[in-house]
Amino acid sequence: MDLGNLMAFDPTHHFESVPSSRQELTRVCLEKGTELVQAIANAVFALPSTDDPDGPIVRLPPPTTALPREKHLPKPKPPTKWELFAKMKGIKKHKKDKRAFDEQAGTWKRRHGYDRVNDDKDIPIIEAKLSDEPGEDPFSKRKAEKKQRVEKQEKNRLQNLKQAAKAGALPSHVQLAATALPITGTHGEAPKKASKEELQNVAGMAATATASGGKFDKKLPGEKPAKHAGKYRKFLPVVEGKGMSSQEKQQTAKILDQLMNKSSHGMLDVNKAVTMFNVKKEKQRNKEKEHKTSSVASKLKPKKKSFKKSSKKKH
Amino acid sequence: MLKIKNPKTHRAKREIEKRAPKFVENGKKTLILHGTKTSDVLNMVLTQIYHLKRDNAVKYTKKNENIRPFESGGETSLEFFSLKTDCSLFVFGSHSKKRPNNLVLGRMFDHHIYDLVEVGVENFRPIESFEYDKKLTPRIGSKPFFAFIGEGFESVEELKHLKEVLLDLFRGEVVENLNLAGIDRVFVCTALSSSTVFLTHCALRLKRSGTAIPRMELVEVGPSMDLVVRRHRLPNDSLKKEAMKTTSEQPKKKIKNVSSDVLQGKIGKIYIPDQKVGGITLSSDVKGLKRERREAKKRKVGIENEAKKRKTASD
Repeated sequence: MDLGNLMAFDPTHHFESVPSSRQELTRVCLEKGTELVQAIANAVFALPSTDDPDGPIVRLPPPTTALPREKHLPKPKPPTKWELFAKMKGIKKHKKDKRAFDEQAGTWKRRHGYDRVNDDKDIPIIEAKLSDEPGEDPFSKRKAEKKQRVEKQEKNRLQNLKQAAKAGALPSHVQLAATALPITGTHGEAPKKASKEELQNVAGMAATATASGGKFDKKLPGEKPAKHAGKYRKFLPVVEGKGMSSQEKQQTAKILDQLMNKSSHGMLDVNKAVTMFNVKKEKQRNKEKEHKTSSVASKLKPKKKSFKKSSKKKH
Repeated sequence: MLKIKNPKTHRAKREIEKRAPKFVENGKKTLILHGTKTSDVLNMVLTQIYHLKRDNAVKYTKKNENIRPFESGGETSLEFFSLKTDCSLFVFGSHSKKRPNNLVLGRMFDHHIYDLVEVGVENFRPIESFEYDKKLTPRIGSKPFFAFIGEGFESVEELKHLKEVLLDLFRGEVVENLNLAGIDRVFVCTALSSSTVFLTHCALRLKRSGTAIPRMELVEVGPSMDLVVRRHRLPNDSLKKEAMKTTSEQPKKKIKNVSSDVLQGKIGKIYIPDQKVGGITLSSDVKGLKRERREAKKRKVGIENEAKKRKTASD
């Protein structure tokens, strides 16, 4: 008998022959059942009971039949790096008060939150030290340092959680998610996320592998027809219309002209070429002139006569 | 690259903590679903089991083609559902020519399959087919009694397994305190042969008897069926050991407002709310008022008498 589960088990009973009719069977079963239930009830009612407005309440003993658990036992989490260090050094935790005295303001302020003690934005003056460079802003430097400290702390926290996850004792409300695949190989590039346009074009790109270029593929509702990437070829009509010179003749003449002009650098703007040539020539002439004059003049420079009145000495 | 994922709302955090592994676990939830094909009988069986376990069961209505509990690959879907709904018991119904009206009762450990029992349902009688006094219907969530009859439950391994699974399935939450007024149902299981079990669900009627303990009377209300054990799979030993592990040590509960001092020993803090002096109603103790008035009168009379006496004396 298992009182914790309100269960009674009668191993002694056995059917010599299964009773023929269903009703007979149920009757016998209910009879035996009643006996067993009565036995449990006797035991349960015998337990000390407390009175309650709903009815008498008894304290059941813990169940005796061992049933398997639903989930594994919670594992103790491994100590964090700080905890190990503190244990080694013998540092004990001290409870901090919510209020602390702010030296600067001379009042009691709260330790965390709005209008707190030792806030960075409350510092009016930072004295310069000899080690400071002249162009640096100490306030922004402080901010940057704090940001660094916070990042370092986050990194350490992640490491601690990783250790806990390894031991199987991650705190239940935290999950560790992989943001990027680990770097393998020489490139180590994270796979780029496909853009919306790329995704829309994928089906079209795959369809070009079919024999008809994806033209007759069944499309899903809402799918746009694939965009044609590349040039459209223009084919001449088989039979020409009247009133136009032969298109085929034009096409072939065009090709021939291009071929002929290649040898004579066909793509030449004659006027531009002439002006460029003239300009170049002028420049060269000027340079030559300068060279001639400078070679003589440099050695004998004429004295510069100052024509200012003040320079004239009055005798 | 790992990232810490925290729940963003308190509600989400509470939900996750509910599903975390604990020392003392919550009640097991049941997942009821069916496979590709089900018969009428099986549908009724599944719905009636769902009704019996209304509070802590989840019933899926879609058919699941890829669930085959006894095959190695066919349980991934089940495990996924168990993870999503946090159910560690499942009832999977399917119907085929080889195994008509098949019911697979299974348990999960850490959302992986722990053990399975496959039974066939025969001679099913739904709740509607029983006639009984409607006042006796057992309420949802009440703790049931169990009566197992037959030596088969001890000798035959399959029946032993089935007994364990049935107990786990129907017992509901493990409670310490039981309200004696609230016992109203019993499950009677009789081993008819080495492979068949007759299961029926009855309501309890407590009749007045001479002693404090009432007399039990069983009235058949619920579904009754014959379960024919077909296959079963026991858990492997290591898994079983892991699942049956219990620790005797319980996590220390923090006692609030009690602290101990070396000098003074155990100190307790009592917080008294402010007295609302203005809001207190004057006592309507009329007797007290009467007495006061009486006494006041006596005193007055006494003074007068004295005054009279003095007068007469002086006179």
